[in-house]
Amino acid sequence: MARTPQTLFEKVWQRHEVCAESAATPAVLYIDLHLVHEVTSPQAFALLSKRGLPVRRPERTLATMDHSTPTTTAQVFGGAPITIDAAARQVRELEENCARFGVELLGLRHGQRGIVHVIGPELGLTQPGKTIVCGDSHTSTHGALGALAFGIGSTEVAHVLATQCLLQRKPRTLAVKVEGTLAAGVSAKDLILAIIGRLGVSGGTGHVIEYRGDTIAALGMEERMTVCNMSIEAGARAGMIAPDETTFAYLRGRPRAPTAEAWERALEEWRQLPGDPGARFDREIDIEAGAVEPMITYGTNPGMVMPIGGHIPQRPGDPAFARALEYMGLNAGEPIKDQPVNVVFIGSCTNARLSDLRTAAAVLRGRRIARGLTMLVVPGSQQVKRAAEAEGLDRVFLDAGAEWRESGCSMCLGMNGDVVGRGQYAISTSNRNFEGRQGAGARTLLASPLTAAASAVRGRVTDPRELT
Amino acid sequence: MERFTTLTSRTVVLPAANIDTDQIIPARFLTTTTRAGLGKRLFADWRYDEHGVPRAQFALNQPAAAGCRILVAGRNFGCGSSREHAAWALIDHGFRAVISTEFADIFANNALKNGLLPVIVEEATAAWLIAHPGAALAIDVARRTFALPDGTTVSFPLEAFARHRLLEGVDELGFLLAHASQIDAYERRA
Ligand code: SF4
Repeated sequence: MARTPQTLFEKVWQRHEVCAESAATPAVLYIDLHLVHEVTSPQAFALLSKRGLPVRRPERTLATMDHSTPTTTAQVFGGAPITIDAAARQVRELEENCARFGVELLGLRHGQRGIVHVIGPELGLTQPGKTIVCGDSHTSTHGALGALAFGIGSTEVAHVLATQCLLQRKPRTLAVKVEGTLAAGVSAKDLILAIIGRLGVSGGTGHVIEYRGDTIAALGMEERMTVCNMSIEAGARAGMIAPDETTFAYLRGRPRAPTAEAWERALEEWRQLPGDPGARFDREIDIEAGAVEPMITYGTNPGMVMPIGGHIPQRPGDPAFARALEYMGLNAGEPIKDQPVNVVFIGSCTNARLSDLRTAAAVLRGRRIARGLTMLVVPGSQQVKRAAEAEGLDRVFLDAGAEWRESGCSMCLGMNGDVVGRGQYAISTSNRNFEGRQGAGARTLLASPLTAAASAVRGRVTDPRELT
Repeated sequence: MERFTTLTSRTVVLPAANIDTDQIIPARFLTTTTRAGLGKRLFADWRYDEHGVPRAQFALNQPAAAGCRILVAGRNFGCGSSREHAAWALIDHGFRAVISTEFADIFANNALKNGLLPVIVEEATAAWLIAHPGAALAIDVARRTFALPDGTTVSFPLEAFARHRLLEGVDELGFLLAHASQIDAYERRA
């Protein structure tokens, strides 16, 4: 009997079923890699302690600290105390928990520390066909390499620590097919913002997205991560891209990627993963890449997004929309271009990899940021930081008047004291523009590194194509 | 986990759509290492002004909201960050159920793991509930229904295992641990 054609997702799911789902019970799904950080793990380790349980597979677990950690060199390396007490406590608690449970920790001063979704791929731990979870919704990032990766809550963190498994209902599948060529000045960030604009912030709920089509195949690995990263902003827990030569070339030689014969065996397996011809998705949408423009958000969720040259939409009779614009201090029907900004943040698991920093630096080379503007450049990992410094990118940012920090989540969620002031406008390369996300009362405009850097030069929302 | 069979309470209404977990519990309060005490930070930036003074007009601050255990909210409640702190904060405040037309996946999962019931309703029911804050409802988990004040019964979907867990107080970690031999077998195979 001919096998039913399967999608990439279905193959990975099926290979990880310890027990298949039934009407009465969800599937028991095996997890290959569990990434742990300081903010969502303390309660999980506490649950294990309370029940006297060990971590079942410490070697499939890797911890790091990123969310609440400081980004000033003095606090990371200079021996200065972490200024936020509660953050210091979380750092200490993670150190203690990892030591007690035998979990490897890339700690505060480790050279491979960084944002959890940046270091997984960078170390070569994120691999095609793996199931990967983390107590963080942007775990979807890892799907760029053909893994099934999704965020979980702290109780589930405890479940995976104790059993290496999760109880899961099988999600539905959604194909987002992108064809054509992205125009100059339009990046992967603009593409995913356009996709979210099309799907809406809950359009992907209950689904795993597979991004496909020739545009996706032509993206570099880091750009693919930017796309998969924001799947959750459309409500989808996971986003995936079929592994191909770009994926394999990216992984080859990374510290924790397989080597020698194991590499050859892995390659053979990975080549089986892309969806079979004729495999069916529960839903499909098509996006024309050539029509995508540089995008920017104007509201308080990532679905409130528009082409940078456009006008803020009008939605009379929609109180939530009116409330969002009031929070943002923006008016329906007006352009967003030339809106003055106070802060520019280049960072986060969406856009703080080397290619993102190169893009931003190319704009800033030989220029200065606008007077009165604060610009923070926070590399996604310590490895990204060193690589950028080796190319002199740190000098470009510093000479332009920006701050160059140690890696971490930083101003993406403002837990560590890196915050945008009340009422201030920030252009951020991160992924969430919720009310108060970057600090109480902060107003966030999400955009690409290119748009953020161009806007930093002018101190106003700027179409990067106009800055030559 | 405690058993959850029925719940009778009046409602508090937050009509906004897309209430994200950063609103439910802002990130600066995630520096806790326990689950306790988050209720006083629930909706912190909506509930209090920048000086920490309660905003009188906010639904949760009104006298009628005291003791209410059911929250009615606009569509796509709990989107954004996976922080389970959102569910913990709602429970710590006293809520046991949230009613909306749609929930974000991770939030709904987290809620159920903590005995907070996400109740999905049709647009028309949601519109009625939003227009009638303080309505007294009686939720029956076994039947997957709730009764409106006029006696009308509304049914809602609830995944079979989640329902079973709520009704019997099944401990999910215990359930998973009971699969040890299957997990061992899988690891030998893989
Ligand atoms: S950078 Fe932002 S979105 Fe990414 S893991 Fe950190 S806090 Fe979450």
